[in-house]
Amino acid sequence: METVTLKIDGREVQADKTATILEAARLAGLQIPTLCHHPALRPDGSCRICVVEVAGARNMAAACIAPVAPNMTVFTNTQAVREARRTNLELILANHPLTCPTCKRNLNCELQQLAHDFCISDVPYNGRRREMPQDHTSAALIREPEKCIYCGRCVRVCSDLQGVNALGIFNRGFDTEVGPPPGLGLADSVCVQCGQCAVFCPVGAIYEKTAVDEVWRALADPYRHVVVQAAPAVQVSIGEALGLEPGLPLTGKMVAGLRRLGFDKVFSTEFTADLTIMEEGTELLGRLRNGGALPLITSCSPGWIKFAEHFYPELLENLSTCKSPQQMFGVLAKTYYAEKTGLDPANIYVVSLMPCTAKKYEAARPEMNASGFRDVDAVLTTRELARMLHEASLDISRLPDEEFDAPFGIVTGAATIFGASGGVAEAALRTLYELVNGQEMPTLEYAPVRGLDGIRESSVVLGETEVKIAVTSGLATAREVLERVRNGEADYHFIEIMACPGGCIGGGGQPICRTCDNRGARAAGIYQVDAHSAIRKSHENPAVKQLYKEFLGEPYSHKAHQLLHTGYTARHAY
Amino acid sequence: MGFYRGHVLVCGGTGCVSSGCREVIAAFQDELRKKKLDQEIKVVETGCHGFCEKGPLVIVYPEGVMYCRVETADVTEIVNEHLLKGRPVARLFFTEPLSLDKIPRYQEINFYKKQKRIALRNCGYIDPENIHEYIARGGYDALAKALGNGGPATVLAEVKASGLRGRGGAGFPTGTKWEFCAAAPGDKKYIICNADEGDPGAFMDRSILEGDPHSVLEGMMLAAYAIGAGEGYLYIRAEYPLAIKRVQTAIAQAEELGLLGENILNTGFGFRLRIKEGAGAFVCGEETALIASIEGERGIPRSRPPFPAIKGLFGKPTVINNVETLANLPQIVLHGGAQFAAVGTEKSKGTKVFALTGKLRNTGLVEVPMGISMREVIFEIGGGTFEGKKFKAVQIGGPSGGCLPESQLDLPVDYDSLTGAGAIMGSGGLVVMDEDSCIVDVARYFLSFTRKESCGKCTPCREGTLRLLEILERITGGMGVPEDLEMLEKLAISIKSTALCGLGQTAPNPVLSTIRYFRKEYLAHINERKCPAGVCQALFYYRVDDHLCVGCGVCAKICPVSAIQGERKQPHHINMSACVKCGACVERCPFHAIIKE
Repeated sequence: METVTLKIDGREVQADKTATILEAARLAGLQIPTLCHHPALRPDGSCRICVVEVAGARNMAAACIAPVAPNMTVFTNTQAVREARRTNLELILANHPLTCPTCKRNLNCELQQLAHDFCISDVPYNGRRREMPQDHTSAALIREPEKCIYCGRCVRVCSDLQGVNALGIFNRGFDTEVGPPPGLGLADSVCVQCGQCAVFCPVGAIYEKTAVDEVWRALADPYRHVVVQAAPAVQVSIGEALGLEPGLPLTGKMVAGLRRLGFDKVFSTEFTADLTIMEEGTELLGRLRNGGALPLITSCSPGWIKFAEHFYPELLENLSTCKSPQQMFGVLAKTYYAEKTGLDPANIYVVSLMPCTAKKYEAARPEMNASGFRDVDAVLTTRELARMLHEASLDISRLPDEEFDAPFGIVTGAATIFGASGGVAEAALRTLYELVNGQEMPTLEYAPVRGLDGIRESSVVLGETEVKIAVTSGLATAREVLERVRNGEADYHFIEIMACPGGCIGGGGQPICRTCDNRGARAAGIYQVDAHSAIRKSHENPAVKQLYKEFLGEPYSHKAHQLLHTGYTARHAY
Repeated sequence: MGFYRGHVLVCGGTGCVSSGCREVIAAFQDELRKKKLDQEIKVVETGCHGFCEKGPLVIVYPEGVMYCRVETADVTEIVNEHLLKGRPVARLFFTEPLSLDKIPRYQEINFYKKQKRIALRNCGYIDPENIHEYIARGGYDALAKALGNGGPATVLAEVKASGLRGRGGAGFPTGTKWEFCAAAPGDKKYIICNADEGDPGAFMDRSILEGDPHSVLEGMMLAAYAIGAGEGYLYIRAEYPLAIKRVQTAIAQAEELGLLGENILNTGFGFRLRIKEGAGAFVCGEETALIASIEGERGIPRSRPPFPAIKGLFGKPTVINNVETLANLPQIVLHGGAQFAAVGTEKSKGTKVFALTGKLRNTGLVEVPMGISMREVIFEIGGGTFEGKKFKAVQIGGPSGGCLPESQLDLPVDYDSLTGAGAIMGSGGLVVMDEDSCIVDVARYFLSFTRKESCGKCTPCREGTLRLLEILERITGGMGVPEDLEMLEKLAISIKSTALCGLGQTAPNPVLSTIRYFRKEYLAHINERKCPAGVCQALFYYRVDDHLCVGCGVCAKICPVSAIQGERKQPHHINMSACVKCGACVERCPFHAIIKE
């Protein structure tokens, strides 16, 4: 690393020669306020909140994007700097609805925080404000363009990290708009509803379409049997959403909280994750033996599914036909569970608790009604659960640990790791290795597929075949893999793709974290839960075995096909 | 090519095309044919002569007699009298505004006398669609010289020695820019000609491209050779169809002669040129936005550094030079940097082309040596303001520039003096205002332009220019409050120092310079609710003087909103709540009985 020496606020600082002033200042322990900047995104330098003075320069520089230079002298905290930042902040506020108490991002808003830090007591400009309608077309997300501050983070995450390009910038000057192509709602665009825009938005301009009210109503309805399924990633992030330590597994306390909110049964999506391994594992072996479309690509992530339908329709036959664990759960709750308990499926209300916004869209897909009803009635994100707990004044950290209900609460560590990128592949290997090779994998923790970023490749010998695996998360990275597959440059047998960077722990419904730094802690929490699990292989889940025995027959059976498998629709990009 | 005893040069610049030069050309050709003079006298459609106000312009050579505002009806007389009998038609001569002298030869007209033409040397003299006329005037000699001796380093050295600074606005030394790019590592480099001229009233670049496109092409080749570029783009705004057409013709002709393409003049140097039409966004004149536009992206600027010279078009080292800058280059390389540097001031060398517009007698395009005073440009070349009107201010540098008052007129025209006075050289727009212009309204006009042209990327420009405009509208609308001035200044300074690109950084200049030099006029608007120039509608009203009004009723008849009532032969009165202040009554009243207050 080549370094340069510069002076920031009178102190000498060594920084990499490619560093920005902001990075160099942070190394020196100096904080510079930012707004459009996000460490996971390429810098834009558009909000001009991070301006600093550079000796000899005519104008101020945006610290987030201006590179350091040898012998540069920077001032981050002069009167002129503070005044300039304040003016730019006032300009943003002059065109932003000051309706903080009723905003989804109240107390969790970067603009509000800056206004607080700068002690803004009055906005001196009371001229024209932008007036734009809200966009409620999407099943998962709501856009409030009037709150947009044009930082462009949503556009950058949508294009650079997700490769979707559903959002763009239109018009010019004061009339600039950020959103899907003009005239189209989000639902009519190529948006895959992954919700990363909502996670990266510093204000309340785009957020999840909430199901909290519906769920409260269902819970208050004495004739409804309301069951909840919690996805694996939620247990390690609900604490963070409530202000506790990121990544802390709070499975038992979450279950206790859900029970106190009034859910009749508290189940886990991990049950159907184990089931997915049985179905998808069988599918993979079938395709390997009978020459089906390879590579087989996972289908748990609804954002990824919609992405494939828009951009890779020619690869749809490569997708596993398995429904996602959420949808398998929904259909079983209204068939198997209803039969077992004697409940009328019409009165069963299935709520799922997800780290994901796309799950809201998935639950609303018209084909997701194999039970004869809408399989999943309402989807709550981690953030919405936190809101319900707040509203009910429930502090789950003070509750005793409780267990999930049987039978859909009996789960394995293999299912837990579905929550982190690589988990599906690892869980599948744990089962397939043992079923095909007749012995347990030498080590259950299969490191080559674990990690938050990039493309991870490995291979495992199953019987006679060396099975080549690729794992990736984040759709822009997925594109790289898919391009290679499409061009015949890759010879994978199995690919795991999760729409969100890092997998479900980095989902669009997860707690909003200014830096994305918490994904590592959340993943560690997931692997910790797995390590402490009594059962760590899906095929050893006794409740799953019982399900096959009592209801489905065997993996890939006719009934399993009817209930647990689905098909996909090619969609045009535009 | 036949030998002609005389040439009739008709200006074919866009201004003269609008005033009917094409018909005049056709009339000349007809008339000459009829008189069987078409083998003796040649009619040439040239580029812009600069004196657009007097167009269509016709210059007859070898005498150099210039005729102004020539109509088709005048053609027969010119042919009969001048071309046949040798008696120039005096009634079509230019009349000097003050002395009222009729001046036959254009070199003797003040408008041309004080000019020094380097960038415009061929404009108006040659047929821009004929490469041979360019070559006959020494065209492509510089290229041959550069490729022949010394190599790229020599070209670079001459340009550095010339002291040439960018003519597009900021005045960055051209040689230094080239040096950065030449030194930057890269397998491929680009040269771009910035012809996205967008300042209101400015047409320097258009005139050069229309009048002498080869000088720009040759300039680009010299630049490309110096920095090691093999490819170039001309980014020309689509609103300049004639310029685009002439450049296309010029490229085709240069390619045909082997002056463009592979292995130029057998030296191994190859260069290819493409035209990219801009879609009309003012901000695309900013170099990083221009690059984004060529790349097919949204035309918005990005933060610098890295500068385009290091990382530009498609990520490769790129030099972007303005049209006028490029047009100077062949002369510099041909005659040496020192000769160019002999013109101008210590830090601003050579000449500058200005588009002279506004409330003055001689408007048009002029090229003057750097260091000339603004007073000479406006009063001697431009002929000063109209009879009975007092000079008030000159806006220099377009929407990014500033307004200078009479007291600043002796300032030499150079980059640093203008910046010091709160204006900028800019691309060369010069708008003269007389006492009938309201300075607050002028600032408001320029802000309404920059606010519309802001790309919307950075906060200060997107939000701030609108707020500046709103305050100015408040003041011109008679709703100004004393705090407004301080707020304007504070906001303007903040925008200037924090905006991302040159557009935002200079957008507040008209506000700051007008406050600096015309604070009293702002205060009159705010404190006395008066617009001294009588421009701001909210700040004046019309009244009928009872003593002067004879009750003729003309005003009541002409008033479009029936706001004037009165009995016949009795003084009339104006209903102010209905009056739209159009001023029609004032113009029509035979007794000057309607007073503006």
